Amino acid sequence: MHVTRGFTGRPRVHNPGLPPGQYDAGDEWPVLSAEVTPDLTPADWSFRVDGLVEKPRTWDWAQAHELAASAYEGDIHCVTSWSKFGVRFGGVSLDTFLDVVRPHGSATHAVAYSHTGYTTNLPLADLTGGRAWIAWEYDGKPLAPEHGGPARLLVPHLYFWKSAKWIAGLRILDHDEPGFWEQNGYHARGNPWQEQRYSGD
Amino acid sequence: MTEIFPRPAFTPTTRFAVPGRIAVSGRAAALWQTATLTEIRRETPLAATFRFSVPAWAGHLPGQHLMLRLTADDGYVAQRHYSIASAPDDSGHIELTLDHVEGGEVSGWFHGVAKPGDEVEVRGPLSGFFAWPGDRPALLIGAGSGVVPLMSMVRHHRARDLRVPLRLLVSARSPQELIYARELGAETTPVFTRSAPEGVPVGRVAAAHVAPLLAEQPPGGWEAYVCGSNAFAEHASRLLLEAGQPVDRIRIERFG
Repeated sequence: MHVTRGFTGRPRVHNPGLPPGQYDAGDEWPVLSAEVTPDLTPADWSFRVDGLVEKPRTWDWAQAHELAASAYEGDIHCVTSWSKFGVRFGGVSLDTFLDVVRPHGSATHAVAYSHTGYTTNLPLADLTGGRAWIAWEYDGKPLAPEHGGPARLLVPHLYFWKSAKWIAGLRILDHDEPGFWEQNGYHARGNPWQEQRYSGD
Repeated sequence: MTEIFPRPAFTPTTRFAVPGRIAVSGRAAALWQTATLTEIRRETPLAATFRFSVPAWAGHLPGQHLMLRLTADDGYVAQRHYSIASAPDDSGHIELTLDHVEGGEVSGWFHGVAKPGDEVEVRGPLSGFFAWPGDRPALLIGAGSGVVPLMSMVRHHRARDLRVPLRLLVSARSPQELIYARELGAETTPVFTRSAPEGVPVGRVAAAHVAPLLAEQPPGGWEAYVCGSNAFAEHASRLLLEAGQPVDRIRIERFG
């Protein structure tokens, strides 16, 4: 431990929900996209799952909204060290989409990609079992464009760069492939509880 | 050290707006190092530059950032990302320019407690996407402390006497709040949003500022780097698009 002379820090509120090295952003929700926010309307939006699946499929906005609704209430954690508590997202569980396309037994990973071309890689295990969503509502309202609206991937148990904004699809693979931030020095998995921020963590 | 990635078998049909510029060494990023404060320079009433000696610093590219960590005596840790303000050739030294944020535990320590000789910890450099190696014509647009990573680029351009075109459009509330005012030269157009010198109009960055820069297209076109608050980044990136800058040549760093 390398103590900084004269540093006391803000008052400690023990919060077991705060991963190591994170702070509570309170009501703030910083925006950290690297690209220009796209002009994407629900009419232009689609979501495709293909790759190592039995039945590749594309859903448009209306078709995706016919699927069983599912909500996430909980916390999100950004690699830049803010966390946000008790957020509410609405959408559809990713399991619902995967049940339709049926990934092959050899499938291990996915690359999620956005309508902007942004990519991020995830183990399939992080996308299944009720831990990932396609989300189009925040706090009961349509998700704002700067936060990934009309719809984003939501994988709240990993750092938030994995929750690709303006989600366009998932390519299911039998190996891991780094996405945009992962090729730019970030960790392959990004588990906040193990502080997997950068490659080598 | 540069990591070689296997060529991804999958690339989406949409070309990503901002392909990464460089691969980043995971080894340098993973390592926490001691940085010793050697100098503090007041820039504006709100911002000061903190110069550190980091003997084993692996070097960086203009536009990259680092993570900085302060530790209290009970083990409490606060860490933040900060853009690097200095040019890469500043051997063994790096500079950060920090605003004094109301109630900020880290910026509060820097602006209220820190003095030369103090030690903090840093890891980096981090992230390749906003890096500018000095290879392409650079059109830089920043607001407030968003000028910090852009200044690293300007300083690099000067230190290396690069011939590649570089322009900086910087927005500040007033001349007194313009960070690095003494250092800015002919490459820079300042814009003042609240008060301006005699004869200079007051207002936001607008199409009229962006259009002349895009009218003088350098060979191969501009690589645009936008840095500031999210609201500024949205505004500036839209102005660039409307002026004809390709969406895949606009890199944005939003200060969260």
